[in-house]
Amino acid sequence: MFIKNVKKIYRNINLGIKINRTDNTKLRFAQMLRIAFGQSKMIDKPIVGLLHIIVYLGFLIINIELLEIIVDGIFGTHRAFAPFLGSFYNFLIGFFEIFALLVIISVIIFWFRRNVINIKRFLSSEIKGWPKNDGNIILYVEIILMLLFLTMNGADFWIQQNAPNYNYIKAGSFPVSQFILPLFDGISSNIVFIIERAAWWLHIIGVLCFLNYLYYSKHLHIILAFPNTYFGNLSPKGKFSNLKSVTNEVKMMLDPNADPFSTSINHEISKFGASDVFDLNKVQLLNAYTCTECGRCTSECPANLTGKKLSPRKIMMDTRDRLEEVGRNIDLNNGKFKSDGKELLNDYISKEELWACTSCNACVEACPIGIDPLSIIIDMRRYLVMEKSDAPSELNNMMSNIENNGAPWPFNQMDKLNWKNEL
Amino acid sequence: MNNIEINTFSDLIRKGITPEILFWVGCAGSFDDRAKKITKSFATILNQADVSFAVLGSEEGCTGDPAKRAGNEFLFQMQALNNIEILNGYNIKKIVTTCPHCFNTLKNEYPELGGNYDVIHHTQFIKSLLNDGRLKVQGGSFKGKRITFHDPCYLGRANNVYEAPRKVLEKLDIELSEMKSCKQKGLCCGAGGAQMFKESEKGNIEINIKRTEEALETKPDIIAAACPFCNTMLTDGVKNKGKEDEIKVMDIAEIIKQAYDS
Repeated sequence: MFIKNVKKIYRNINLGIKINRTDNTKLRFAQMLRIAFGQSKMIDKPIVGLLHIIVYLGFLIINIELLEIIVDGIFGTHRAFAPFLGSFYNFLIGFFEIFALLVIISVIIFWFRRNVINIKRFLSSEIKGWPKNDGNIILYVEIILMLLFLTMNGADFWIQQNAPNYNYIKAGSFPVSQFILPLFDGISSNIVFIIERAAWWLHIIGVLCFLNYLYYSKHLHIILAFPNTYFGNLSPKGKFSNLKSVTNEVKMMLDPNADPFSTSINHEISKFGASDVFDLNKVQLLNAYTCTECGRCTSECPANLTGKKLSPRKIMMDTRDRLEEVGRNIDLNNGKFKSDGKELLNDYISKEELWACTSCNACVEACPIGIDPLSIIIDMRRYLVMEKSDAPSELNNMMSNIENNGAPWPFNQMDKLNWKNEL
Repeated sequence: MNNIEINTFSDLIRKGITPEILFWVGCAGSFDDRAKKITKSFATILNQADVSFAVLGSEEGCTGDPAKRAGNEFLFQMQALNNIEILNGYNIKKIVTTCPHCFNTLKNEYPELGGNYDVIHHTQFIKSLLNDGRLKVQGGSFKGKRITFHDPCYLGRANNVYEAPRKVLEKLDIELSEMKSCKQKGLCCGAGGAQMFKESEKGNIEINIKRTEEALETKPDIIAAACPFCNTMLTDGVKNKGKEDEIKVMDIAEIIKQAYDS
């Protein structure tokens, strides 16, 4: 099921326009290692950054234990790694336990941040409802999985000590779960065995369910952060793409010898800018799936900070929502998209939001995993201006000034050096 | 101020002189009364440091930055290709500009269209003049003054130039006090992305007022800027707060020129 959904994500991302981000493999790899693996941008906010790193490391480290759990499950062994690792195994298990506890503490703090402390970026309208529940579900599942892990270890340890008839290998150190041992005293060893097995099963089932939940959740970032940073932008942030299709047309317009009716100029009717997810590039769509809805972008956005409607996080969430809608449409119509009369523009993202952007790149800078909401905003502006001539009237004035006198104001280009006379 | 020479490329080339550097003035620097002061200050600095430079004058057209940010890629590329034709015609190699928007566009967006130049922002250029000893300044009237520097988005985040303007200020024995959001986290003045030319969308405060408030929190004598648009926005902000008599908004070029004079 997970693989089927991964394929869907892959298909949906491929609805986007091609973009070449395969150059510079070394730099890209380094960027991925630094930002995704090394979490370098998380610590811009030191406290939550640290907590996130704990949960992230906990996830990575405890997954080693998951490997053992799976091996045990397949081969019917118990603590299969213990005999090979000797005392290092004890160290590992102890280490896992400490991380499990740290994860629980971090996740509880996260829950308080989301639900009790009024943090502005968790209160915006775009994360009311499902996005908020999604966030909390993730936290609950993480706590439950960690508790199951500790219960399993505690019960195991109790059996090792009190029920030799189960022949549990005496392995592991249990710096955290040893404290729950008294809970098992007075219970028959059969029941403790059942608890241990139940925790084992629930843990592995929980992990598998969680894996399948990812597809529906913002939690996809635990996987997609890696490709997303790999394919991230390497150019200076101020560099906006130059539309090739426009270059061809402009060159033709400027060249007095060009014959507009010449057949050699291939008149592929291309659409300028973006009004729907099909017009965005693949990396922008990958960005949308990767977004964790943390809102660091929105909390740095000058437009949002001054009460305007624009929220870069909403741009990304809208893009994903629309892309998933298109994906479902394709599923229902035998692999072909059937027009549903909707678009990303207007039905999801309003013009008011788009025109409020100052293109300052604060959102791009703030994103811990290299998402670029600004490029989507600009692509949609391009559609509004070049396909619909739908710009605010003052901007039309500015543009006709540039066209007529080479400056955004109504001054004569011949006067451009007048300041010299004022020296 | 006598003997300040401003030549155009076409004049000098006709005389058989090839200037080393093009000073790209930009539209604001040419037409906006406030920004013209920055242009004049920087031109004076170039003269004082004996830099071989020229301007394009009436041959300089808008780089197309506001059109591009507004989404008009056609107009941007028209401007770009016209400008590139002129720049390449004069075989220009090195450009210095006082506007971060022109800087960004010339540096990052022209190469793909056939315009490859070494583009420098004036704060970087002033820094190198000071480092090379071609320009010497002392604190003078600025000594001990409290100055806060506002990072222009298109210089800072867009192109990672954070240190040059600060290094220049530090030469003046001033007290540099940073705003709570600065450098990578610097708050926009509100002018970028073609906002300069339109009313803002509905909100509860103007961006330039918010940024000015952040600047005022540092209790500065001077708010230093490095962009003609930021300068306008912050000057308006300071006026809005009724502080224009106590606090000046000055470009790095103006500060250096004044320090040089004193």
